Amino acid sequence: MTDATAHADTQQHHPVKLYLTVWVWLFILSACSYFVDYVGVQGLLRWSLIILFMLLKAGLIVAIFMHMAWERLTLIYAILLPPLLILVFVAIMVAESNYTLLTRVMNFASGT
Amino acid sequence: MVEHLADDRIMQDGPAAAGGKPGWRGFVADWASDQSSFKGVSWGKAMMWVFLLSDTFVFGCFLVAYMTARMSTVVPWPNPSEVFALEIAGTSVPLILIAIMTFVLISSSGTMALAVHYGYLRDRRKAGMLMLATAFLGACFVGMQAFEWTKLIHEGVRPWGNPWGAAQFGSTFFMITGFHGTHVTFGVIFLLILARKVLRGDFETGRRGFFTSRRGQYESVEIMGLYWHFVDLVWVFIFAFFYLW
Repeated sequence: MTDATAHADTQQHHPVKLYLTVWVWLFILSACSYFVDYVGVQGLLRWSLIILFMLLKAGLIVAIFMHMAWERLTLIYAILLPPLLILVFVAIMVAESNYTLLTRVMNFASGT
Repeated sequence: MVEHLADDRIMQDGPAAAGGKPGWRGFVADWASDQSSFKGVSWGKAMMWVFLLSDTFVFGCFLVAYMTARMSTVVPWPNPSEVFALEIAGTSVPLILIAIMTFVLISSSGTMALAVHYGYLRDRRKAGMLMLATAFLGACFVGMQAFEWTKLIHEGVRPWGNPWGAAQFGSTFFMITGFHGTHVTFGVIFLLILARKVLRGDFETGRRGFFTSRRGQYESVEIMGLYWHFVDLVWVFIFAFFYLW
């Protein structure tokens, strides 16, 4: 009995309905992001919609399908915080790309 | 019985876990416990998460490299909406193959989640069949990717150039989708191996694995699921940044 309760601690029991609901939402969100392209929305609205749908999908997959929502904070922070460092890398490379583009435009691209 | 359980936990995880404190106090207690920090998480699951974290950085670097190439080129980037369009019944539908691939991969994620669910309910027939369905959908995905690569190569896309614009388009495309496709392929192989074990009832009979000589448990299905959902997760980001942007 003790063994069984201890086991239940580490295992994930959730109703099938939850998985099916998330599944349907993933389909809806994918369809939404596809329609952003199909309709041909451009500019800032396009980028914010793409990122919004992307983050919602990623959040649902990680939280429900990968059971992260039911893990202890220790694991959640150990896994989910480090990827934020990629954002720092992105910021660095945005600055670098702008500089590269500037030098290319000034020195090489005048003819084309 | 509660006391009993508490004793058990002291044996397993040290005094810090005995209370099983929730929230921030638990967070501090877990990290300060001088033993295993991830209470109630088996080593297999913790290691899969750590592997996925490292893989996140690999794909993160690929996507950052792609961003850098696209932002710094003076030649216009080929429009993915047109590049990946397919002719269906005489009209060109933008990005349709990629959309179908996305739906196939999401379907496989759903079947995998249900496989984990039925695995824990010890329903090995359902779990095994759902894993086979997942592997089948994964194989479909790889097949469509092979079709897409063939089409683009026939149209003249190479890692060093293409007919429509910036030369880096080909190299980033083949690198990112190729690496992702490899992940899917390995996932399919592992799914087939694990589905065979589940369907044969290895986890009930305690049959030892041919490679590790250890007895498996149904948690393997969840760990497999973590990998598979991660592959789907990476595709969500590739779909957004490479195909839609």
